[in-house]
Amino acid sequence: MAKIILRDSIVTDDWTVASFPVSDQPIRKQAGKVVESRLTGDVSATDEAVAALEISASKTLVPLAAWLARKAELEARVKTGTLGVWIDSHELAETLAASLDDLNRFPLIAINFPRFADGRSYSNATLLRTRFGYRGELRAIGDVLQDQLFYMKRVGFDSFAVRADKNIEDALRGLRDFSVTYQTSVDQPLPIYRRHRQAGASV
Amino acid sequence: MYRYDQYDQAIVDDRVAQFRDQTRRFLAGELSLDEFRPLRLQNGLYMQRHAHMLRVAIPYGLLSSKQLRMLGHIAHKYDRDYAHFSTRQNIQYNWPELEQVPDLLADLASVEMHAIQTSGNCIRNITSDQFAGVAPDEIIDPRTLCEILRQWSTFHPEFAYLPRKFKIAVNGAEEDRAVVLMHDIGLDLVKNEAGELGMRVIVGGGLGRTPILGSVIREFLPWQHMLTYCESILRVYNRYGRRDNAFKARIKILVKALGAEEFGRQVEEDWAHIKDGPATLTQAELDRVAAYFAPPAYEKLDAQAPALDAKLAENVAFAKWVGRSVRAHKVPGYVAVTLSLKKTGVPPGDCTSEQMEFVADLADQFSFGELRVSHEQNLILADVKKADLYKLWELAKSAGLATPNIGLLTDIICCPGGDFCSLANAKSIPIAEAIQRRFDDLDYLHDIGEIELNISGCMNSCGHHHVGQIGILGVDKDGAEWYQLSIGGAQGKTASLSSVIGPSFSAAEVPDVVEKLISTYVTQREEGERFLDTVRRLGLEPFKQGVYGNTKKAAKEVVHG
Repeated sequence: MAKIILRDSIVTDDWTVASFPVSDQPIRKQAGKVVESRLTGDVSATDEAVAALEISASKTLVPLAAWLARKAELEARVKTGTLGVWIDSHELAETLAASLDDLNRFPLIAINFPRFADGRSYSNATLLRTRFGYRGELRAIGDVLQDQLFYMKRVGFDSFAVRADKNIEDALRGLRDFSVTYQTSVDQPLPIYRRHRQAGASV
Repeated sequence: MYRYDQYDQAIVDDRVAQFRDQTRRFLAGELSLDEFRPLRLQNGLYMQRHAHMLRVAIPYGLLSSKQLRMLGHIAHKYDRDYAHFSTRQNIQYNWPELEQVPDLLADLASVEMHAIQTSGNCIRNITSDQFAGVAPDEIIDPRTLCEILRQWSTFHPEFAYLPRKFKIAVNGAEEDRAVVLMHDIGLDLVKNEAGELGMRVIVGGGLGRTPILGSVIREFLPWQHMLTYCESILRVYNRYGRRDNAFKARIKILVKALGAEEFGRQVEEDWAHIKDGPATLTQAELDRVAAYFAPPAYEKLDAQAPALDAKLAENVAFAKWVGRSVRAHKVPGYVAVTLSLKKTGVPPGDCTSEQMEFVADLADQFSFGELRVSHEQNLILADVKKADLYKLWELAKSAGLATPNIGLLTDIICCPGGDFCSLANAKSIPIAEAIQRRFDDLDYLHDIGEIELNISGCMNSCGHHHVGQIGILGVDKDGAEWYQLSIGGAQGKTASLSSVIGPSFSAAEVPDVVEKLISTYVTQREEGERFLDTVRRLGLEPFKQGVYGNTKKAAKEVVHG
């Protein structure tokens, strides 16, 4: 079983991620920068791919498109706690939130980072935790690396499926890169000036 | 100016440690080139043509003499004894060794400086008016809100990997010296009828490949909401900005695609969820930060300085320098002085370690130990007594910092260009120098009067050529370096984008072309008209005629495509 970081320790994990088969897209570059091909709101998979997706009986994270299209079949598994959903970076937290009366019925939601530089998933995480009140486990999957873990933790991720070729022990250190933060985020809803710098607070 | 407290210091210290470890892992092969690139960029470190280039942040252009001494020391210790002040109020080192950059950053941190987010697809250095706090036309000193924005944007977890770079500028004066219409977010500070502080919010301006003036999405935003409103703008952009094409990824493209009204609506919709939340600014924090920008201990002086008037009358060279370099100050008896980094033969914006040390001494002696960097790439002593001007001039002259060309043709804004930058299509520094040499007659230069000439080596427009009254853009044609000229651009409240006059020129032709543009102006101008006024009155045609004459060149270009 795979190892993940859960909060601040390394644990073995029994969830599997169901994904649509990907056509090998070459990495494109412009002005020296890698560019992604999918725009926010693009379709994730064809109807055939959604229908053909195999979903095992054990704990499984299914793609948002499969959850939406096959809800009737999958809903029973929400009750047994063996189903979670993952959102890709071009998909919207709103879509998932609208699909179920209470997101907290999911024991696990994951958000994919197709590339670590695709920052959309930080906003999806923020919204799931704040606007949509999700309190269960929120996992970063995909291109999850040491140098982004601190930011991921701040926007509300509490578990991290570090990319398989990286040393997870090393990556764990990334959670502690900074001892102070300025701005509000999910892990610290108060800005620094409402915590430390008020009149009378010790500076 | 702002001073770090223990929290600010801890953050930059943590960053030094983090970057030291990232560099170590890269050199040990634990991080790939592609993995390290965004990390080093978010720390201002570029891979250039010959070596690494490190860009250090000078938040809203404000420096202490102590910091400038350290910048000079760093140029001496890690570089080739000089550095380059950029068009975004930053400073760049062209030759540091990667292995030494962590030590360099530690030296910077020791004087409350850093290179955080000076590059990469994140929120960049906040820029503002170089005359903030001293300009007579100032409504509100923008520096307090700039510093609050600097802290908010530093390591913002949600907005570290945006579709593209993101630049915020703040203006607090009548005249817009911060160019707020040309930024991803421009904040124009105003007071409402009740006298309360707020801001006009402008989004989607920018130079680059697709120059666009920003659009106002909110006429008055009370200051308490600055951070939450910016958060909503950034969130809409982060989610919906294009990531499939680096050339269409700036917020201006999204704003244009949606329309400013629809973009504004989406911002307001997001904002409704966080408005009045804990990120709302507090009076206590505003006051805490504002206290750092309290006026220095000005002396009570007469507005008139008879000794100065006498010197002005007897020394023409001094009077010329004062005429160009000295600006009015809100406090009687004081002026703001611009030291020119545009001496002919020196790349615009370059400054040696020795000069930095020297200017730091001048700042201590004449200007409360502080100075500013302008986006025109000059240095400013903002609080000089009129009575000290002559002494200051003599000293500045001895260090090559008193060229009386501020605001004139040879005060060229210029990017590093093809001599250094790997993005450039063409060199820009030699073009600047050739123009400066052509117009080396000071009397003629002063007769031509106020004009801004801006040079960019490529579409990325670091030299702001779109808003130059004369703009020069390096272009690549079949592997050769060519230059496209445009006229009629302007910065400020009446900002406009320049128009291309016609087919491009070789490097050798550029000074002639500029001369033809200028002589067209000189013959056509009306009494008291500046170059820009004449262009606006007459349009492009007479200038095209002056440059291309019987349009032989234009015709030839068309034939060859």
